Amino acid sequence: MIKLLLTAFFALFVLFLYGPMLAIFTLSLQGPDGALTFPVRSFGFYWLGQVFQEQRVGSFVESFQRSLWLGLAVVAIAIIVSVMASMAFRARFKGSLALFYLTISSLVVPGVLISLGIGITFQVLDIQTNWFSSGLGAHLTWTVPFAFLIMLGVFNRFNPYYEEAARDLGAGEVRTFQEVVLPLILPSLIGIALLGFTLSYDEFIRTSLVSGQYNTLPLEIFGMTTNVTSPALYALGTLTTLFSVTMIAVGFGAYKSLSRQ
Amino acid sequence: MYKSWKVLQPYLLATPQTLIFLMFLVFPILMIFVVSFWQFNGYAMTPAFTFENYVNIFSSQVSLATYLNTFKYVTLVWGLCVAIALPVSYYLAFCIKRESIRVLLFLLCTIPFWTSNIIRMISWIPLLGREGLVNQALLNLNLVQQPVEWLLYSDFAIVLGMVHLYNFFMIAPVFNSMMRIDRTLITAARDMGASGFEVLKEIILPLTAPGMAIGSIFVVTLTMGEYVTVRLMGGGQAASIGKLISTQIGSLQYPLAAANAVILLLFTLVMVTGILRVVDIQKEL
Repeated sequence: MIKLLLTAFFALFVLFLYGPMLAIFTLSLQGPDGALTFPVRSFGFYWLGQVFQEQRVGSFVESFQRSLWLGLAVVAIAIIVSVMASMAFRARFKGSLALFYLTISSLVVPGVLISLGIGITFQVLDIQTNWFSSGLGAHLTWTVPFAFLIMLGVFNRFNPYYEEAARDLGAGEVRTFQEVVLPLILPSLIGIALLGFTLSYDEFIRTSLVSGQYNTLPLEIFGMTTNVTSPALYALGTLTTLFSVTMIAVGFGAYKSLSRQ
Repeated sequence: MYKSWKVLQPYLLATPQTLIFLMFLVFPILMIFVVSFWQFNGYAMTPAFTFENYVNIFSSQVSLATYLNTFKYVTLVWGLCVAIALPVSYYLAFCIKRESIRVLLFLLCTIPFWTSNIIRMISWIPLLGREGLVNQALLNLNLVQQPVEWLLYSDFAIVLGMVHLYNFFMIAPVFNSMMRIDRTLITAARDMGASGFEVLKEIILPLTAPGMAIGSIFVVTLTMGEYVTVRLMGGGQAASIGKLISTQIGSLQYPLAAANAVILLLFTLVMVTGILRVVDIQKEL
C-alpha cells in the first residue's frame, strides 16, 4: 500500500519535472499560425527554422558560439586545475583545509554576489568586462568546485600501488602520470568535462552582470523573454535543451564504455 | 633535491586552483565589502567611508519588506524541497530492488538539472498563464467561472518555479545518505519488533540528516540570491534581495547594491553555520 503511494508520488514528481518541458516541445512544433498557448493549431517545423533567421532582438547563432567556446575553455581550465589540486590533496600539506573550504564556499556563495563582485572589481580597476575574461572567471567559480569534489572522490578510491609499481619499474613522475594515472581517471575526466560544459553552457546568474557587450546564450534568451512573443522562443528552448541532453547522453555513454574497459 | 621537491609538490599543484578562487571569489567579495562603504552621487561612485548605504537599507520600509519576502521564499522552497526529497529518495533507495532501474530512475530526476534554468521557467507559461492548460482544464470542468489569475506572475509561481529548479540539490544528497544506510540495521530493527514508522523515525531519518543538511545549504543559498525566477515568474511587484541588487546595479547604484550584498552574505553565513551546528556533515565529504 505504502509502496503504491510512493510510486504514485514519484510518478507525479516526474510529471512535475518534465510536464512543462513537454509543453514547450509540443508548442514549438507548430506551423506559422502557432501561438504561445494551447491548443496546437497546426503541426510543422516553421518555428524551429525561425530560430536560425536573423532575430530582431539579437542573434541566436553568435551567442550560441560564444557559449560553446566559453564552455570549452571553462572545461579545459577546470579539468587541469582540479586534477592538479586533487593530486595535491593526496598528500598532507599546510592550508589544504583552507583551500577545501574556499572551494566549498565558491559553491555556496549566492551567485549574484559573484556577479556583483567581479563586476565591481572590473569597474574599479577600469577594465572592460567581457564574456571571455570576467565571464570566464565567473563560470570557473561554479565549475571548478564540482570538478574538484569529483576528483577528490576519484582519488579517494584510487589505488596508489599502481603508481608505485610504475615507479619501481623506473618510470618518472611525468611518465607515471601519463601512462598510469591518466588512463585510470580518464572516464571521470570525460564525466567532468560534460558536467562542466553543461553547467557553463546554462549558467545565468553569475554571468549576468559581467558578460560585457556580447551576451552568452542564456543571457540572450533571457533578453528574448521580454521581446519575443512567438513560439520561436519555445523552439529555441527546445533546441538548446536537446543540445544539453545530447551532451549528457554522449558523456554518460562514453563514461560507461570507457570505465568498462 | 628530490626530498624538497616532494615537500613542495602539493603546494605547486594546489596553486592554480587557489589563485582562481583568490581572483574571482575572495578579491571580488572583498571589493563588495569595500565599495559598500563608498558614496554614490547620482551617476558614479566615489571612494569614501560612510555607513550611509547601510543606514538607508535599515531605515527603508521597502527594503525591510524585501528581506522578509526573501525569507518567506527561502522557507517555503526549503520546506517543499524536503517534503519532495524524502519520499522520492526513500522510494528510490528502499522500494526499488534492481540496481539498474534505480540508476535509471535517478538519472531521470537528474536530467532536467542539466538544462537551462531560464527555459525551464519559460516552459511554465503555456501551462499556468491566463489561457494556459491548467486554466483551460479548470474552466472546462466548470470548477471556476473566471480564469485563475494567481497561477502565474505571483508568489505561488515563484515558489513553484524555485522548487522546480532546485529540488535536485536536495534529492541528490538525501538519496546519497539513504543509500549509505546499512540495510542490516533495518533488518535488525524489524527483527526486534520495530514497526515501519519506528524504523523511519529511529534509523532512516537520523542517518539521512547529514544529507538533508547538505541539501539545505544548497537550497537556502541558491534561493537567497535568486532573481531569475522572481523576474520571470513573479511579474512586476514581486521582490527579493537578489532582484533588488540587480535593479540597483541597473541604475548604477553600486555602493547600495554592495551593501545589500554584504547583508545577504551575512544572512547566508548565519544560516549555513546554523545548519552545520545542527548536523555534522564531515562524514559525508
